[in-house]
Amino acid sequence: MAVADSHDTHDDHHDLYDHGEFIAHHFDSAEQQFDSGKLGIWLFLVTEILFFSGLFVAYTLYRTNHPEVFEQAHVFLNKYLGGLNTIVLLFSSLTMALGVRSAQLGRNKNCSVYILITMVCATMFLGVKAVEYSHKWDMGILVRSSFDLTYTHPTPTTEIGKSLHISDYLVYLCIVPALLFAGFVVASAISKLINKNMLAKFLMAMAITVSGYFLGVCIGIIFMSATDAETGSSHASVIAEQPLMLLASTQDDHSDGDHDEADHDKADHDKAAGDPSHDGEHSDNEEHFGAHPADGGEASFDDHHPDPSTLDRDIGIFFSIYYCMTGLHAIHIIGGIIALGWLYWRSLLGHWRTDYFGPVDYVGLYWHLVDLIWIYLFPLLYLID
Amino acid sequence: MSEHNEDLPAFCHPVSTKLLFGVFFGLIGLTILTVATSALGTGLGMPPAFAFPLAMVIATIKAFLVCAFFMHMYWDKSFNVLAFLSSLLFVTLFIGMTMMDTGEYQPTIEAFDRNNLANVDVSE
Repeated sequence: MAVADSHDTHDDHHDLYDHGEFIAHHFDSAEQQFDSGKLGIWLFLVTEILFFSGLFVAYTLYRTNHPEVFEQAHVFLNKYLGGLNTIVLLFSSLTMALGVRSAQLGRNKNCSVYILITMVCATMFLGVKAVEYSHKWDMGILVRSSFDLTYTHPTPTTEIGKSLHISDYLVYLCIVPALLFAGFVVASAISKLINKNMLAKFLMAMAITVSGYFLGVCIGIIFMSATDAETGSSHASVIAEQPLMLLASTQDDHSDGDHDEADHDKADHDKAAGDPSHDGEHSDNEEHFGAHPADGGEASFDDHHPDPSTLDRDIGIFFSIYYCMTGLHAIHIIGGIIALGWLYWRSLLGHWRTDYFGPVDYVGLYWHLVDLIWIYLFPLLYLID
Repeated sequence: MSEHNEDLPAFCHPVSTKLLFGVFFGLIGLTILTVATSALGTGLGMPPAFAFPLAMVIATIKAFLVCAFFMHMYWDKSFNVLAFLSSLLFVTLFIGMTMMDTGEYQPTIEAFDRNNLANVDVSE
């Protein structure tokens, strides 16, 4: 294709292809525009791979020099939750590929449905991730500088945390999605009232997308308590379930001996007040393990819950790497959801045709790359044995 | 493989749904396989040293499936494939060069008395 075509030939092309609105005037044809965009997105993906490779280098170096840290650390990652997330992400890749196919065939309606499913899977992935993160933060599994593994899970202080027996951190991680969900529903209703039906449909789809996050949170909690109960001893499962199903069994005990409990609490608080090294939160923790030695509240250690004092002092560096890698990946997922939202809007407008589907293809490639990176992250982080 | 319909422009290659679903189930199967070998592998007598290479081989097969079919690389222009593969070359260089240098300061690190941090003079 000659670049030096005159303006007259451009006009001819526009007539010839009859789709002037999406072919930029500096391209000769739909094909040239598509190929240029495709090369562009591939070059972007190359920079993305190099961007992530810095973290892979950090991982490789630390693992070769300190394999013992990885062997100690991997027991804190739930490989079944990681596997579940892998399947969710693979499924979203399938629906993305089907969406690209629909766009290529000019089936805008099918394309919008596939894109919506892809977005819901993406937010589900984030929901499961939020369960994993909050579980770790509860146990004090943080980056190296603040790593403080205790197994003593703070009692939830927020109202929602108390009533649902879920971790405070999980409640905090749900605030933004909850606000987004409410915002989208309200905005959708308003659009409907002022007869902007297309906008109302789009905003409702965004609300459905965000609700996928809460679906992910629920599935994550159920999956985590199921798999933890399977892997640990009875003592360990009490420990493992605490951050999420916070002491559901011990809570019953509380109601049996209400007065005794109140006394215990008071004594604990007095003790905490007298001891400057303990803050209020710690005294709550001690209550669970110190005040109920009879009902299995005593911390016991096994393969999945090793004694913190036996762990390498630098084990937190594994989690620094873990949080950087999975966190950067999660940021890419969020970026992908925004791009998919744009595609969804354009599908509603019916923009895709057999000779114009580039944007779906490009975002699809990006989405598959995000999946590709997870394909490596999963065995590298979760399947160390 | 790729349906080629006369009505479609030359650059439009929709992949058949059969192939897409096939690839998806292949990927799910490989995911289950990798979790299973990690969970049971050593119990079935697999040497522990095999676990990591095996997991990486499975991940690479999965990556190949995603690239070739979901990302349409199989039908893509070879220049795009070349650009993508060149990034892997640079990642290899990055990791390889860094690994070669990793022992450089090891003697200094080993000489450092980690257990008696009080004796370390940090004033300078």
